[in-house]
Amino acid sequence: MGLYWAFGTVLTLLAITAPAALVFGFGGAVAARSKILPIRWFGKSYVSIVRGVPDIAFFLFFVIALDQAFEWMRHQYMCPDWDQPIRQGNDFVVCQAAKLPQGDAPQWVHEVYGFFTAVLTFAIVFGAFAANVLYGAMNAVPKAQVETAHAYGMTAAQTFRRITVPQMWVYALPGLSNLWMVLIKATPLLFLLGVEDIVYWARELGGTKTPRFTDYPHGDWRLWYFLALLVFYLAFTKLSEFVLERVMKRLTHGQATLGGSQ
Amino acid sequence: MSCWETVQAYAFRSIGYGERLLPRDDFTICQQLTLIGSGMIWNIYFGLLALLAGFFFANLVAVAKAAQNPWFRKPADWFILIFRGSPLFIQFFLAYFLFLNLKQSTGGFAWLTSAWAGALIVLFLNTAAYSAEIFYGALRSVPKGEVEAADAYGMAGWTRFRRVVWPTMLRLAWPAYTNEAIFLFHATTLVFFSGFPAFQQKGDALYYASYFADKTFNPFVPYPIVAGYFILLTLAVISAFGLVNRYLNRHLPQEQRRKIRYRPQIIR
Repeated sequence: MGLYWAFGTVLTLLAITAPAALVFGFGGAVAARSKILPIRWFGKSYVSIVRGVPDIAFFLFFVIALDQAFEWMRHQYMCPDWDQPIRQGNDFVVCQAAKLPQGDAPQWVHEVYGFFTAVLTFAIVFGAFAANVLYGAMNAVPKAQVETAHAYGMTAAQTFRRITVPQMWVYALPGLSNLWMVLIKATPLLFLLGVEDIVYWARELGGTKTPRFTDYPHGDWRLWYFLALLVFYLAFTKLSEFVLERVMKRLTHGQATLGGSQ
Repeated sequence: MSCWETVQAYAFRSIGYGERLLPRDDFTICQQLTLIGSGMIWNIYFGLLALLAGFFFANLVAVAKAAQNPWFRKPADWFILIFRGSPLFIQFFLAYFLFLNLKQSTGGFAWLTSAWAGALIVLFLNTAAYSAEIFYGALRSVPKGEVEAADAYGMAGWTRFRRVVWPTMLRLAWPAYTNEAIFLFHATTLVFFSGFPAFQQKGDALYYASYFADKTFNPFVPYPIVAGYFILLTLAVISAFGLVNRYLNRHLPQEQRRKIRYRPQIIR
């Protein structure tokens, strides 16, 4: 049963992460375009730092770092009269009340918390990539349209809301669909983050860890489980390709581009 | 231990020379820098060999994909689809268990289940598929005029390919191929996290980094060290590929040369 639930876990992760990453990306792109210098610096450095550093180092790093950051914040808030240092040598010590999740919490809370940090990590990393795509797309909206909006007396905010945002999706979609494909292929990394996803179950179910004392009625089936996973990912990629093609066709409809005039 | 002694003890730890036991307590920055740097040997080994072998195979696959004959085209299409459409992570697992089964059922092939050979094969096939797609794209955008000029000079077949089509294809593909190379080096970090076990704690950079992070509960030192090493590696790759790019573009006027732009991607 665990394996089937795990497919659900992966699909849930995709369903939550994709919009969250879009939100992060939108925020990053708007920040990078801001007229106020510190905000612009913030947006640009967010994008370039996350994009510049190798991949899974980030995934492994962020989960622990986020966990510690949350606990530190709760610690500051909940235990103001704590007099010992938080970093005692190599240990990270916060007061009991600030532990996340609580030590006596049931198992499912731990699992949900682990899943939540994983989603947040994915969203932060993919948000940076989405920000880059959206930033480019906002700049690609034809200048004439923006100028026309100004001529009609719209303010900068109105222009952004009414013209730039609706028009940018056509330019953003190729990049975003590419990102979606990468996101699908990044989901096995959940396993590294300690969430019981499909990779975990494929190893557990197919494997005979101690071959002599095993209860499983079959030999080493991990090969077939992983083959099934491979096929699952291939099929999912193909399906998304097909759907995104349809969406692109819809979006380009009526646009003054080569795709739209057909 | 002084820092120099640490370097002597652990600089080649990842390939089995020097001190056998990893440090257990009182971790110093020097130890972390040395051990993680020693792990980089594996990353460079995987990256370089896979890139070198993958380059030749990718050329073959790209030409096969551009061929008219479906007997060449279809296998190349499938090869590219399978390796580009599925996560590298899963490919590592699948390959590991495939080799394990092979070992158990035939008794031979034990060397395939160790990382130095098995993971190298997976990385080689993977980078071949990705680069083949890049080369195929470049092959299709070779200017018609150049091919017609070659025809006019009486070149055909192999001569035309070797003297005109292939150099132009390589020149057009090179900026994208540079990014593929960087990406491949980043992907080598996956090796010891997926299937292939690290025997006697001989692992790559990320293996040691996570060892330190687990032992010290402090990710803020080892992972930035890995990141720093990889930034250095990336710079080295960019400059080496930049030299080749200069060589490929040497006949063009300055403003027509294609620049290499670093366009990072994540996980494959």
